[in-house]
Amino acid sequence: MAALAPFVLLSLAAVVVMMGIAFHRSHGFAFSLTLAGLAATLWSLWPVARVIPRQVTPLLRMDGFALYFIGLIVAATLAVAILAYGYLKTQPVRPEEFYVLLLVAALGASVLAASSHFVSFFLGLEILSVALYGLNAYPHRRALPLEAGIKYLVLAAASAAFLLFGMALVYAATGTLDFAAMAGALPSAPQALVLPGAALILVGISFKLALAPFHLWTPDVYQGAPAPVTAFIATASKAGIFAVLIRFFYDLGGLHSPGAVLAVTVLAIASMAVGNLLALRQSNLKRLLAYSSIAHMGYVLVAFEAALASPAVAAAAVGFYLLAYFVTTLGAFGLISALSTAAGEPESIEDYRGLFWRRPWLALMLAAMLLSLAGIPLTAGFLAKFYVVAAGAAATLWLLILVLVVTSVVGLYYYLRVVVALFSTSDDSAPVAAAMPPAAAWLLGVLFVGLIWVGVYPEPFLRLVLALPLR
Amino acid sequence: MLLLWLLVILAAAGALAPLVHRWHANAPRWLALFALAADFGLVLQLWLRAPRLAGWRMQLDWTWIPAFGIRFHLGLDGLSLLLLLLTFFLGMVAVLASWRDIQRGVGFFHLNLLWLLTGIAGVFLALDLFLFYFAWELMLVPMFLLIAIWGHERRRYAAIKFFLFTQLSGLLMLIAILALYLYHYAATGVLTFEYAQLMATPLAPSASLWIMLGFFAAFMVKLPMFPFHTWLPDAHTEASTAGSVILAGLMLKTGAYGLLRFVLPLFPSAVRSFAPWALVLAAIGILYGALLAYAQTDLKRLVAYTSVSHMGFVLLGIFAAAVAPPGSAAAQWALDGVVLEILCHGFSTGALFVLAGILQERMHTREMGRMNGLWAVMPRLGGAGLFFALAAIGLPGLGNFVAEFLILLGTFHVSVGLAVAASIGILASTFYGVELVQRAFHGPNRHGWQLPDLSRREALALVPMMAALLWLGLYPQPIFNTAFPAFTSPSGAALPEPPRSLPQPHTRYSLFPIP
Repeated sequence: MAALAPFVLLSLAAVVVMMGIAFHRSHGFAFSLTLAGLAATLWSLWPVARVIPRQVTPLLRMDGFALYFIGLIVAATLAVAILAYGYLKTQPVRPEEFYVLLLVAALGASVLAASSHFVSFFLGLEILSVALYGLNAYPHRRALPLEAGIKYLVLAAASAAFLLFGMALVYAATGTLDFAAMAGALPSAPQALVLPGAALILVGISFKLALAPFHLWTPDVYQGAPAPVTAFIATASKAGIFAVLIRFFYDLGGLHSPGAVLAVTVLAIASMAVGNLLALRQSNLKRLLAYSSIAHMGYVLVAFEAALASPAVAAAAVGFYLLAYFVTTLGAFGLISALSTAAGEPESIEDYRGLFWRRPWLALMLAAMLLSLAGIPLTAGFLAKFYVVAAGAAATLWLLILVLVVTSVVGLYYYLRVVVALFSTSDDSAPVAAAMPPAAAWLLGVLFVGLIWVGVYPEPFLRLVLALPLR
Repeated sequence: MLLLWLLVILAAAGALAPLVHRWHANAPRWLALFALAADFGLVLQLWLRAPRLAGWRMQLDWTWIPAFGIRFHLGLDGLSLLLLLLTFFLGMVAVLASWRDIQRGVGFFHLNLLWLLTGIAGVFLALDLFLFYFAWELMLVPMFLLIAIWGHERRRYAAIKFFLFTQLSGLLMLIAILALYLYHYAATGVLTFEYAQLMATPLAPSASLWIMLGFFAAFMVKLPMFPFHTWLPDAHTEASTAGSVILAGLMLKTGAYGLLRFVLPLFPSAVRSFAPWALVLAAIGILYGALLAYAQTDLKRLVAYTSVSHMGFVLLGIFAAAVAPPGSAAAQWALDGVVLEILCHGFSTGALFVLAGILQERMHTREMGRMNGLWAVMPRLGGAGLFFALAAIGLPGLGNFVAEFLILLGTFHVSVGLAVAASIGILASTFYGVELVQRAFHGPNRHGWQLPDLSRREALALVPMMAALLWLGLYPQPIFNTAFPAFTSPSGAALPEPPRSLPQPHTRYSLFPIP
């Protein structure tokens, strides 16, 4: 039972915040309770780390892998909560319930990270999705968030349908919902049921990860959702889904089938190409980052497929990449959300023209985040990409690596366009004037330092991801 | 430790530059000059103390990222020493040249300039291939910003083009480095990016060729070799004076250095089989660069194309030395010529860009058609222009002549035809050199220019470069004595002696499965 502490604490925090709102409606109070809950959850990972690995009920497996991803998710949620505090103050909404939804979403993503069973897989996904409907449309007086909420609802329902159908087929073929038992039953199961089932599950997951060609919802939702929520969708929710994808495929030896390898290769190439090419012409920073996230998920898939040579290396590369991506993405969306006002978010690249000459630190931070996304040294993104390429090369995935290199040069172009705008010396600029909330300023400072730290001295983090024990 | 200090002084001065700008507008310039002079002095005293020392003079070998077998390994031999001297010297020239040119964001400008030079110095010192790639990429962002912020009219286009070209080729090199690293791991079970250890990797000929091409791609774009030169005229023309000086004087040299330090020693047989292509492209580059330089009307563009031509000589010399019998005099001549050409081109082209910057600052144009007859109003500047133009076309008595002569001599023993073609390139260079002087400085002062002559600060930047070119043209032996030991090794020509490093402990992590 002790191994379940992170889930218990997260659920408890959600309930306590909800009760707290009922008795005393105050933004600061709800925010403090949320922070306390998330901090307690993070802290609980240390004692839990001593009792793992442990299977808790057939549904959840608590091991180093699950703990690492839960840690990432909760830390990202903490960052999102801090961003949301400043952001919601500027919005004409009642802010308190936001935190309840956020905690529930974090719970869903964490359950996914520890899931070893179709039931917990589906439950986690639905907890996450339902909370996200609300979060997406939270500033409900504005049209774009509502649109984002509806779009996300339709998408999530569609992907859940695919997933459920796939799960049913696999269940019909193997007679079990447990990943480990399934691995035993697969060799004798009828392939006519297993293959379509696995394919449907992959499609459902691809929707959630926004892999091309299942990415169409991404730019609209990223643009419409409030910036802190976009940060959450881009980070915590994807980490949970990636964790379950890795566990599901690796437990089942999924990459032993040539069809699965082909499918993952196609998804990776399509995502890298589509994401980077479509981002080229964007003039809206949030949409640009949405397309860039599609491309980045493609890069992560390259690391994922490196499991052909060694699942442990692939899991470590994915874990490290997601860490770097989290720091970077939270930083980028954090800046957007920290600069938001009641009038709206600074979305257009034009809003950032010449920012360096007025707010040098902000501009340098945003430039560093963008260069990290582009994979330039001194930033976390460089080492993450290096690790992905190294893992891919070790698995001799030369085609994928070549596509990665070429598309990331294409990608460099649009990041550089924003960087050039930041440092532009022309004076016809629309200033981003908003003062930064102090909590968000601190958070961004921490993320910036983290970005450089991971980029220059990654050894502690590498040890952490290399110790992820996967069966 | 001294090697680390060289980098730390520059990086720290760069970080301080925006802060000291608050005290005084010129404080960043003085800080940068001081830091560069300190580094220059440190390296110079190393050189003077032991001008003929063979092998590695100094090394620094620290653990950096043991999980990947990455070490922070710096090493200084004769070749790196000469290039470092050039780096710090041209750095000072760049600071002096931008003294009045740069008025906006002075602190940030010097931050970029110094970090750029830190990256370049890192490239010349790195002996761990990962560290080398790290430094290689580290040069890009500051250079990009130098062009994009302080450049001329089409700066954004030029900056992005520069970045994309170098980044794509750099990533190809990264793949090659990783492939070499993994081959080494498969063969020995040791994860290392260590230069000396990777040199001993047994490679199949086809693998060796592919990996060599990955490195080659990066160095060819930087050098640049025809037909990968198209970023260069744009970047050189649009960059501010300091940016152009660093680009032409140093950044192109990192490509040549990479060939000498890594490609030749790591893949001797692959280089030999690929050499005919490289030699022919080098000869084409010499002629093509000279022809295009002749056709330019923009002063900076003209100088930029002369760089393509001169770097053709560097490439020719490097591959001539690779094909010549190991240890032969021809190989030695070619390599000596290459090192000298690297230094002299840095001085002569750097100076021409400084002159172009001075003219642009006063006249607000780079069009030679609008200049005419400047000698009458600016005799000192005209004289300097003539001097450096003559140096660029290889006038005997100046360093470039000795360098190109040695390269041709080495090439002649390898291929008479190519040596003849390259000699025609020297002839063609006379055209653009004379054209430059004639159009800009001679003739009547048709546009009625009234301009101030060279200031003392500008002369301070230019006169040492003249002196250096004269010295290298009349008595280049000290350069050969210093660079020479770098190229002799028991195993043959063109093989810098591998640095001695500690045996690597077998890594405790299982990062990659042994294929």
